[in-house]
Amino acid sequence: MIVLRARALRKRYGELEVVSGLDLDVQAGECFGLLGPNGAGKTTTLRLCLGLTDPDGGDIELLGEPVPSRAREARARVGVVPQFDNLDPDFTVAENLQVFARYFSLGSIDTKLPQLLEFAGLAGREDARITALSGGMKRRLTLARALINDPRLLVLDEPTTGLDPQARHLIWERLRRLTQEGKTLVLTTHFMEEAERLCHRVAIMDHGRLIAIGSPRDLIAQHTEPHVVEVHGNGVDAWLSRARGVAPRVERVGDTVFAYASEVAPVLATLEGRRELSYLHRPASLEDVFLKLTGRDLRD
Amino acid sequence: MRWSSIWLRNFLVWRKLFVASVLTNLADPLIMLLGLGYGLGALLPSIAGMSYLQFFAAGTLCSATMMTASFESMFSGFSRMHGQKTWDAILYAPIVIDDIVAGEVVWAASKAWLSGATILAVVAVFGLAASPIVILALPFAFLVGLAFASVGLIMTVLAKNWDFFSFYMTLVMTPMTMISGVFFPAEQLPRPVLAVAQALPLYHGVELVRPLVVGRLPGQIGVHVTVLVAYAAVGYAIAIYFARRRFSA
Repeated sequence: MIVLRARALRKRYGELEVVSGLDLDVQAGECFGLLGPNGAGKTTTLRLCLGLTDPDGGDIELLGEPVPSRAREARARVGVVPQFDNLDPDFTVAENLQVFARYFSLGSIDTKLPQLLEFAGLAGREDARITALSGGMKRRLTLARALINDPRLLVLDEPTTGLDPQARHLIWERLRRLTQEGKTLVLTTHFMEEAERLCHRVAIMDHGRLIAIGSPRDLIAQHTEPHVVEVHGNGVDAWLSRARGVAPRVERVGDTVFAYASEVAPVLATLEGRRELSYLHRPASLEDVFLKLTGRDLRD
Repeated sequence: MRWSSIWLRNFLVWRKLFVASVLTNLADPLIMLLGLGYGLGALLPSIAGMSYLQFFAAGTLCSATMMTASFESMFSGFSRMHGQKTWDAILYAPIVIDDIVAGEVVWAASKAWLSGATILAVVAVFGLAASPIVILALPFAFLVGLAFASVGLIMTVLAKNWDFFSFYMTLVMTPMTMISGVFFPAEQLPRPVLAVAQALPLYHGVELVRPLVVGRLPGQIGVHVTVLVAYAAVGYAIAIYFARRRFSA
């Protein structure tokens, strides 16, 4: 079953077309990742799909409802975790959840509250003020807030940006728990590691279009060689020309050379005895695919 | 009634900050009323058949209501919309921007009404009201609140930063307060200035409330109410138009 479908989606801000003819299908029960450099149009795509921004063209169907015309009805069964926390600073932890429940015309949440607080790792903190919470706690409370209406679809815009590793791992664990419970997740992220760990399927987006879509494993297999050797140090230039002979793809970025290869032994052989060079051999990751498809230029 | 959850949110915050909120909203007009009313009133003969204190109390009731409605819809509203991004969070729920504008307008009018009602209570306690008929000022105060809340919210959804409001405050509200019969009878103004006052909402609020303080029914109730309702309704529609543009463009 399709939870979210977009066809030929377009959105323009002034001269710039931020989303230009995007097609998207999200299946029920999957965790779907939307990846892309800054300004690729990820957040705008999410806003369009939620009916928060009006599209300039295209069709959207969210949980069977046409968007934006019936976005309100669709949002009753959707939870949203925004990129920047917008918890209500005038209320405590528990009050934030209760006040938000009213926006969904839900009554008292007293029976749900202990469960939501446990999920957020905030049990015993229900009377804490928002300003007293750490970044990780705020994120988890925002996640609990998004679950207040027991949504079928959860939309998360960069759910772990700005968190320390401990806080990030806890969020990942919670998101996996939600997927196991059968919820559908759509998330955007800059962290390829996050996408590889959580997402069943990812789409790479650039300049308002999807440029690749598939499971992280399939994308790696399709778009890049399985082995990567990163080399730097004095004499890396001399090595670069030798590497070209044994690796099908060699890239130089600053003072580091990346050699991508299906067979790694010949590449490593060229490095033997070269003590002036430091190197790292690792399996190819989604990040390699991402950089290959979107380029290494800075986007800011 | 989806807007009522937004009204309730603001009410719950207000209840937490009750003391500070009431103090700032009421201390100012009451000090003005007692200070100017007694001080200046001692020097002045009666105006239009009433003491200056009565005259000024009716004006203060309306100007305080206007001030509370404007401050709440502009400064507090902008803080919720822009600073805290509370509106963004509310929009993830099955709520649209129109509901938020409605909730904010009714909330600001409610808070303004409370300012007006408290001043009315002071008027009654000090024995300034000539008859119980003065109670009719309550619905009119709410109407004044609605009119200024709607107009204030237009400013809010158009504002890029806090400075934007000072234009409206300095160039519109302050001169309007001067010419609308709060401090002195508007009828003594030059005709063109009086015409400007009559095109603005505050004048009509004062025209409705002042006779009630001295125990008379206001004349031309229909005209005054219509102007206030028009400001509230048209202001609300304009606020919604610009709010939609700001949020869903």
